[in-house]
Amino acid sequence: MEVLWSVITMGALGFLFSFGLVIAYRKLRVHEDPKIEKVAEILPQANCGACGYAGCRAFAEAVVKGETTPNGCPVGDADVVKQIAETLGVSAAEVVKKVARLHCRGTHEAAKNRGVYIGISTCGAAHLIGGNKQCSYGCLHFGDCARTCPFDAIYMSEEGLPIVIEDKCTACGKCVEACPRNLFELHPVSQGIIVFCRSKDRGPVSRKVCKNACIACGICSRACPEAIVIENNLAIITDYKKIDPEKIPEVEKCPTDSIGRLKKEDEG
Amino acid sequence: MELVAIFVTAILINNFVLRYFLGICPFLGVSKKIDSAISMGLAVTFVMTITAAVSWVINHWILIPLKLDYLQIVSFILVIASLVQLVEMFIRKISPPLYEALGIYLPLITTNCAIFFLALMASLRDYSFLESVIFGVGSGLGFTLAIILMAAIREQLDLADVPEALKGAGIALIVAGIMALAFLGFSGMIK
Repeated sequence: MEVLWSVITMGALGFLFSFGLVIAYRKLRVHEDPKIEKVAEILPQANCGACGYAGCRAFAEAVVKGETTPNGCPVGDADVVKQIAETLGVSAAEVVKKVARLHCRGTHEAAKNRGVYIGISTCGAAHLIGGNKQCSYGCLHFGDCARTCPFDAIYMSEEGLPIVIEDKCTACGKCVEACPRNLFELHPVSQGIIVFCRSKDRGPVSRKVCKNACIACGICSRACPEAIVIENNLAIITDYKKIDPEKIPEVEKCPTDSIGRLKKEDEG
Repeated sequence: MELVAIFVTAILINNFVLRYFLGICPFLGVSKKIDSAISMGLAVTFVMTITAAVSWVINHWILIPLKLDYLQIVSFILVIASLVQLVEMFIRKISPPLYEALGIYLPLITTNCAIFFLALMASLRDYSFLESVIFGVGSGLGFTLAIILMAAIREQLDLADVPEALKGAGIALIVAGIMALAFLGFSGMIK
């Protein structure tokens, strides 16, 4: 009999408390998106803050809220980005994918050398002494960007320019920082037209040093005045969204090929 | 008068941490910063107060009438565990940073011997309901006092030139010992 009483008492007490806890849980439950936990687990847990958020967890919260994109983590490799995108239920393609684009077409052939450079073969070193090219704005061809790319998305072509492999590029921005001449910029992958030159030299000068330099002739800006202007001897696209696709052939009449769509050889 | 005596005794004279050496785990674990020490102290005080009340009710209304005194330990643990769960949910809801700061020590209140000792002691000493609750509040405040003092000293210790071998837990234990000695001075206050 006593055994029965003790069992009943303990059972009743246990039931009572668990009932109380269930009610409390209903009221006090923290409505945290379970995705945050999942995304946080995928992240490298380096808590380096390179993404601009206070650690991996804060980044995970921001991604789930949609404040940033899955590829915002510079440390995580392509696999991490893919996993996050899957967790969030967006395929990696739905996220506005950006890629790094080089704003220069000064290949070995097009851009003339200033002399023979026999120094340390990095862009950073070459840039210090003004570079090996006559053009003081263009690509130096030593591939600092390719070496710095954590995803192996950049390689140096035979013409001497870095080629970005779109599929591998996560738009982490390392190459943008690495290039001493700031030739890289992140663009949405679908971006139609890009100016492939950064030279601010006057037309005759830039024409002399590089075949593919912008000579500020103004053909493109006349074709599409609402989006393209000539400033400091250089064509500048002020608003990519305003470019009318029908006007692209007009714009591409550029005599030096320094503005236009990507060509086959520019793509990886 | 009796109530005041119980209250003061619980805080100063028979301070759980410094006299009975109960609840040392959070006392050393969460006493690195005053802020989290205060929160820990208040969480323990809350759990102690409610435990004192609920365990009295269970003891006097259920266990003693049914002559099930031997179930005291199990049922008190049940009370404490449920209450700690409640406090944990509550803190997580209102202050996630505090939840992070308290860390593992928050669920560990469940196994905090100080709280269990409180429930058993109140029953052993045959306290009335009011006395039990006062005893609970007093003990909780005593714990809070001890942990805040400890945190304040340890914050200062961070700046002090402590011998290499005593850094961290070593100096903390020495400080706790000296504090316990100091609290012995209260022992003649109430007869």
